[in-house]
Parts: sequence; structure tokens; C-alpha cells
Amino acid sequence: MKFLGFIVVGLAGAILLYGTGDFPDWGDPYSPASLHISKDYIEKALDQTKVPNIVTAVLADYRGFDTMFETAVIFTAGLACFLLLRDFREKKERFYRHTPTGVILHVKAGKKILDGGKEFEYMDKDWVPSDLIIKTVCRILIPFIQIYALYVVAHGDFSPGGGFQGGVIFGSSLILLAISYNLKTLVKRISEKMLGVYAALGVLIYLGIGVICMLMGGQFLDYAKLAPLIPFDSNHIRALGMLGIEIGVGIAVTAVMAIIYINIVSEGRHDEGL
Amino acid sequence: MYWPIDLIVLTFVIFCAIAAIVVKDLLATAILFGAYSFMMCLLWAVMGAVDVAFTEASVGAGVSTVFFVAAIFRTSRRTKD
Repeated sequence: MKFLGFIVVGLAGAILLYGTGDFPDWGDPYSPASLHISKDYIEKALDQTKVPNIVTAVLADYRGFDTMFETAVIFTAGLACFLLLRDFREKKERFYRHTPTGVILHVKAGKKILDGGKEFEYMDKDWVPSDLIIKTVCRILIPFIQIYALYVVAHGDFSPGGGFQGGVIFGSSLILLAISYNLKTLVKRISEKMLGVYAALGVLIYLGIGVICMLMGGQFLDYAKLAPLIPFDSNHIRALGMLGIEIGVGIAVTAVMAIIYINIVSEGRHDEGL
Repeated sequence: MYWPIDLIVLTFVIFCAIAAIVVKDLLATAILFGAYSFMMCLLWAVMGAVDVAFTEASVGAGVSTVFFVAAIFRTSRRTKD
């Protein structure tokens, strides 16, 4: 069976390699992709949108409708992860640690869960004392990662980056918090409900900007029609509209990354994990 | 494109891809996938597709590796074949 699989994979790979023979050369100006509409984008994007990064102009403006559904795909991924993995059943065994003495209490299923005030700490089954060096380094590092993520979102018009990348970096900073401390620290800071709200809010911001453009009398996501709403700099209105949707994408992606991570690592229980 | 950089990076890409299949330890596979993504990111950057390179670095090498590690943490670390 393994041998058969190897043959099938090898054959598919060979056919794919054979297919690449028909590809145009790298950077070929006469390739079909370069001949059709790229010329217009390269020549007119800066004039029309005032955004120096053509990739962002194409993604967020010319092809804004596509990108909206990409954001919806990310949202759906988070939703699917939630629906597949989330487990609301009560956990069978709980462990509490008496912080001053370090004594660990094991509470069996069905037994009354004690309310010991702040001296008792609900802890993971395979608990290890958190490392001082890792905690301190991550504590210092996380704010900088988050500021960098905001920079990537805000600067997507001018340099590589944008909502997706910035959102992923922001989400990784949240995951880093969960890894360096524990999952409860993250869940305590950002509740599951808020993550769901943020994921939906990001898509809603994107959609909302498009709908506002329609209400102002333009096409869906035609940012030029937003000019009367913003009292300054109507020249750069398209860039501002793109920034708005990038922020929406960033919020949605951040929330979805955190949702996926929390659900996978805690088997959907949101109590203990990596 | 500068062919020596290209050659070195592509060699690493193929090496990482084969190693990720052959290795028995799934944690090692996850890390190898991260290395693979990072090499692909270098390749995109060399070709001038900086936006794609950025996405590959953050999604491919960064967060998806963490997801793999999280999934391995909750399942088993060894493969049967």
C-alpha cells in the first residue's frame, strides 16, 4: 500500500513538473498575466488611489470584494474550529494549589468544589512551576510585538504588510502570552465571548464600510464616496478607506488565531493547555 | 534572480520537505515545516514578492507551526509509519 502511494505521488509530482514547462519565464513582460491588466494597475494605481504599495491597492481596493470573502473564510475557519472542538462538559477532576504552602488538593468528580478564596489556585493537571526567565522575557517582548503588529496594519498602504499579517502577528503575541504563562492567563484577559465578538466585528467593519459606500450613492466598497464623511484630506480618501478595512481584517484575524489556538490546545475545554 | 542564493535556498526547501516526510517524530516534522516555510519566505523575498514573503513568514513559519505543536501536544508524538 505504501509502495502504491509512493507511485501515485511520484506520478502526480512528475505531471506537475511537466506542466511547469509551459510556464512563462520569471518576470517575463510578455506572459499572459502581465499583458492583460497589470499594466493598468502599475501605471494608474498611484494616481487613482494614492497608495504607494500596489499590492495593497489591488487587494483592498480593486479586488476589495475578493478580500472581503477571504476575511469571511478566516472567520469561518474560527467558527468551524469552535463548532468541532468546543466541549462544554464539566471537567472530571480538578486540582487546586494552596499558594502559600504549595500543597495540592485533588477534587474528584461530583465532589463539592471548594471556595478557598485567593489562597487557592485552580491549576493544570501536569503543572510545572513557570520559569522566571521565560516569563520575564515574554513579558517584556509582548508589548513590542503588539506595537509592531499595529504598525504593520497601519503601514500596509506604504510598505509590505496589512491586515492579515498584522492580525497574525497580534494573534501570535496573545499565543505567546498563553505559552509563557499558562492558558488561564490568556482566557482571563480575553474571554471567549469577546473573542467571538471581535471575530465577527472585524468582518462587520469590512462589510459596513462597503455598505456605507453604497448608502453614500456609490458602488459597494467604492471608497471615494466616503469623502463627505471625513472632513480632512479628501485627496487620500481611498487610502483611508483601505486603512479602515485593513483594521477590520486585523481584528478578525487576531481573534480567529486566538480562538483556533485556545480550542486546539485545550481540547475545547478552555481550562488547561500548553 | 541571483542563482547561487536560489540554488542554496531551493536545496534547503527540498531537504526540509523530504526530511519532514521521513522523520518519525511529529514535533520534529512541525519544526521542519516551519523551516520549510521560512525558506519559501526567503525565496519569495528574493523574487521581489515582499508581501507574500511577509505572509509566509508570519502565517507559515510562525503561527501554523504553533498550531501544529498545539495539536501534537494533545495527540501523540509518534507516527505509526
